[in-house]
Amino acid sequence: MSTATEKAIKGLQARATGEGLLDVAYATADSPFGPLLLAQTRRGLVRVGLPNQDSDELLVDLAERVSPRVLEAPGELDAVRRELDLYFEGKLDSFDLPLDWRLSGGFRQRVLRAINRIPYGQTRSYTEMARKAGNERAVRAAGTACGSNPIPLVVPCHRVLRTGGALGGYGGGLPMKEALLQLEGVLDESPGS
Amino acid sequence: MTALPPFQTVLDDHAGAVMAILHGAVGREGAEDCFQETFLAALRAYPKLEDDRNLRGWLLTIAHRKAIDHHRARGRAPVPVAEPPQPAAPDGIPEPDNGLWAAVGALPPKQRAAVALRYGSDLPHGEIAAALGCSPEAARRNLHEGLKRLRKELA
Repeated sequence: MSTATEKAIKGLQARATGEGLLDVAYATADSPFGPLLLAQTRRGLVRVGLPNQDSDELLVDLAERVSPRVLEAPGELDAVRRELDLYFEGKLDSFDLPLDWRLSGGFRQRVLRAINRIPYGQTRSYTEMARKAGNERAVRAAGTACGSNPIPLVVPCHRVLRTGGALGGYGGGLPMKEALLQLEGVLDESPGS
Repeated sequence: MTALPPFQTVLDDHAGAVMAILHGAVGREGAEDCFQETFLAALRAYPKLEDDRNLRGWLLTIAHRKAIDHHRARGRAPVPVAEPPQPAAPDGIPEPDNGLWAAVGALPPKQRAAVALRYGSDLPHGEIAAALGCSPEAARRNLHEGLKRLRKELA
């Protein structure tokens, strides 16, 4: 693409934002685990794509479920990127970002909101999350809600473990869940622990 | 109907073609603003677009209207193309040479658009007609008249 076209596109992003035409702004961000996809609406952060997830598929999904007005606009995601950088450096224990919950409904959203209140460096069980969301017996559904978390990292589903302490699952892969829990001082860093 | 693709995909796929026709239609100076006006108008209308099978034709039609607006706003003054020639850009913006594109810029709007769409964007006659909002015969006539004039000017 020519530099004239690139410059015109940059100006277009700014004008689209100014005119309120940017329904979904997205950008990529580096992380110790690989590139993340960050997407936000006017309400707040709506989607975090982990390194093992297909960015194109996530964007198509956002176009379908939120709005097709999806544009790359790195500047719009600066605050999110800054907080994530600090978190990965171990210098931030609580995100202060507006969130857009619209991709999760009903019971799932209640589970995710409960997860969002688990403090840094602590863990809870799937059973506790099911209880907090109003149905203690729906443990499996609570697990599904964790697995479908559209805003991982910021909504800390990595802090939810099986009763008894087994790791359970993670959308970004178990090594990533382990590394996050090590970062937060929940797990020892010694191998095999 | 399948869901519309993310607008960024539309932008990535067609930015080069839109810039190329605007470059031909309004010159380097006006192209950036017309480009942004084109995609802002497209972005505004996009969620209600019912048929996404010819996004390129849709965008080129909008671009053509924006080029006409641009010329109206400037009292249909011919486009000054006084800058030194640039090397060909990878996205197909034609390299100005021997005053050719300056002469294209000085054609009447419909002829200029027809020439730019045919030789700048490589569109077939049917698509030129769609982009100009006229019949294929009228598109062919505009192209023919434009080329005749260019031959005379540059002879």
